[in-house]
Amino acid sequence: MLLEVRDLQVEFRTRDGIAKAVNGVSYAVDAGETLAVLGESGSGKSVTAQAVMGILDIPPGRITGGEILFQGRDLLKLKEDERRKVRGAEMAMIFQDALSSLNPVLSVGDQLGEMFVVHRGMSRKDARTKAVELMDHVRIPAARERVKDYPHQFSGGMRQRIMIAMALALEPALIIADEPTTALDVTVQAQVMDLLAELQREYHMGLILITHDLGVVADVADRIAVMYAGRIVESAPVHDIYKAPAHPYTRGLLDSIPRLDQKGQELYAIKGLPPNLMNIPPGCAFNPRCPMAQDVCRTDVPPLYEVSGERRSACHFWRECLHD
Amino acid sequence: MPEPTPEPEPRLPDAHVPGPARTPQEGAIADTGAGGTMDLATAEGESLEKTPGGPLGTGPAEKPRSLWSDAWRDLRRNPVFIVSGLIILFLVFISLWPGAITWMSPLKCDLAKAQEGSQPGHPFGFDGQGCDVYTRTVYGARTSVSVGVCATLGVALLGSVLGGLAGFFGGAGDSVLSRITDIFFAIPVVLGGLVLLSVVTSNTIWPVIGFMVLLGWPQISRIARGSVITAKQNDYVQAARALGASNSRILLRHIAPNAVAPVIVVATIALGTYISLEATLSYLGVGLKPPRVSWGIDISAASPYIRNAPHALLWPSGALAVTVLAFIMLGDAVRDALDPKLR
Repeated sequence: MLLEVRDLQVEFRTRDGIAKAVNGVSYAVDAGETLAVLGESGSGKSVTAQAVMGILDIPPGRITGGEILFQGRDLLKLKEDERRKVRGAEMAMIFQDALSSLNPVLSVGDQLGEMFVVHRGMSRKDARTKAVELMDHVRIPAARERVKDYPHQFSGGMRQRIMIAMALALEPALIIADEPTTALDVTVQAQVMDLLAELQREYHMGLILITHDLGVVADVADRIAVMYAGRIVESAPVHDIYKAPAHPYTRGLLDSIPRLDQKGQELYAIKGLPPNLMNIPPGCAFNPRCPMAQDVCRTDVPPLYEVSGERRSACHFWRECLHD
Repeated sequence: MPEPTPEPEPRLPDAHVPGPARTPQEGAIADTGAGGTMDLATAEGESLEKTPGGPLGTGPAEKPRSLWSDAWRDLRRNPVFIVSGLIILFLVFISLWPGAITWMSPLKCDLAKAQEGSQPGHPFGFDGQGCDVYTRTVYGARTSVSVGVCATLGVALLGSVLGGLAGFFGGAGDSVLSRITDIFFAIPVVLGGLVLLSVVTSNTIWPVIGFMVLLGWPQISRIARGSVITAKQNDYVQAARALGASNSRILLRHIAPNAVAPVIVVATIALGTYISLEATLSYLGVGLKPPRVSWGIDISAASPYIRNAPHALLWPSGALAVTVLAFIMLGDAVRDALDPKLR
C-alpha cells in the first residue's frame, strides 16, 4: 500500500469546547489508484487530508490518535524537518481555489520554479526552464511567453492547470486533490479532471480526490469512501455504490442528485442538518436524520461491517439498506 | 457523460469550521497620545488593516503587472504624489548640499543686525542673535531630514521584524510582545522625551533618533503583526507549505511581499511625525542643542521675539510645516496606490 491511514483522530480546541473533526478514519490508497472521499462540509474529509499532508494548523488542531503510513513509514513519527521534505516531493496537494492558492505577487514561473529550487537546489534559470516544460505538459498555450505572467492574468481553468503542474512538478507518489474543480465552470471541470486522470495514469500515482460532487466521482474514481461526522460510513468500489448503496446516508446523497426524468418534481434532500462536531449524537452519528433509525442506532456506534470483499458499511441495517 | 451534478452546497472552509477565524485584534492600534499627525499615521494603519485581503483585487481591465508596478503607475499619475515627491526631492537635495543655495555659514552671526528684517543678500532677515534666517532654515533641513529618515528606518526595521515574527509564529512570544507594545503605547511621547533625553549630554542626533526608535517601534510592530496574520491565512501560504516550503521561505517569499504595504504607508507618514517630534523636543530643550542647526531650535529661540521679529519664527515654522505636510501627502498617495480596494 502506498498510503494507509489507520484510526486517525483529530480534534480542534476552541473557546466553546473540543470539536472532534475526525473520529477514527481509516483508508488506504495504492499506486495508480483513485480514492474518492465524499462527504458534506464539516464531515472531516479536508481535515483528514490536511493531517496526511501535515499542514493542519496546530494549534487549534491536534492529532490525538492513529497512524499515517506512507510507503511504510509512519508520518506522524517523523520530525517536522523530515516531514517537510516529504511534502511536495513525495506527496503533493491541489487546492480548491487556484486563484487564492497562488501567490499574487509572484509570477507563475517563479512559483513553479520554486519547487525545484526548494527540493532540488536548482538555479533560478534552470528552474525557469523546468517551469516552461511543466506548463507545456499541462497544456497551457504559449507557455514560454506566459511563464512571466501573474496568477490573476490566467483564467480559472488555466490557473488550476498551474496548480496541477506545481503539484506534479517533482513527480510525487501521491496527490491529494481537495475539491479541485469546485471553483470551475462545468465544461472546464471536465477538462481539468481529464487532465488530472491522464497525468495520474502517466506517472502511476495514487490520487485522493476529495469532493462532494458525485458526478466527478463516477467518472474517475476506483473506490469511494463516504464520510459523515468525522467517520467513514461506507467504502466500496465505485460501481457497487452507484448500483446499491449500503448506508442510508450514501443513499440520501445519491437520491439528492437532480435527474432529468424528475424534471418538475421536488428535489430530494436529506432531512436535518449535519451534527455539531462538539456534540456528536450518541450511537450512530447519522441517526437523527436517518429514515431507518431504530433504538439500537441511538445507543450503539455501528462498526464498519464487512458487506463483501472490498465493501464496508457502518450501518447496523446495511442488509436492509442494500436490498431495499 | 457526467451525470447532472448536484448544486454545490454553500460551504465553509472545512479546515476552519471548528475554530473562530483569527482576525487582527480589534482596535489593535491605539492612539499614541502624541496627537496630531501621529494619530493620523495610526488612523491610516487602522484603515489599512481593515481592508487587507491581499493585492488580488479586481484589477483594471488593461494588462496589469504586479502590485508594485501597478502602484507605481498609479503614483506617477497622482498630482499629490508629484508635488510631495518634488518637495521631498528638494529637501533631500538641500540636506546633502546646503551650500548650493546658500552663501554663508549658519553659525556666522552679527549681533548688530539682530531681529532686522529682509534685506538684500538676506531674504529672510535676521534672528535674535543676528544670524541669517535663510541660511539657518536651509541648513536646518539636513537635521530634520536625517533625523526623520534614520528614525523611520530604525522603527520600520525593528518594528516589522519583531511584529512580523510575532504574527507569524504566534504563541507565547506573540503575547509577550503584544503586552510590551501596550506598555510602550502607554508612555506619553513628550513626557518620555523630557525624562529620557534630559539626562543625555551628547550633542549628536543619535540620542534623539534612539529615543524615537524606542517609542516608535510598537506602532509599526502592531501593524506588521496584523498584516502578517492576515497574509498568513491566505490559501497560497498553506499551498506553499503543502508543497514543502520552509518557514523562512514562507515568511520571506510569500508573506513579506504581501504584508509590507501597510508598513510602508505608515512608515512614510510617520516620517513626517518624527520630523515634527524632533522640532518639539528641540523646542523643549531636550532634543538637539546649539550650535547644531535645527528648525526646532530656531523656533524655540525666536518665540520670545514673536512681536518684534515674527519672520524669525515664521520661516523655520513654515519650512517645518511644509516638510511634514509633504511626507504625509506622500504617505497618503502611497496608501491610495497600494490599497487595491480603492482602485
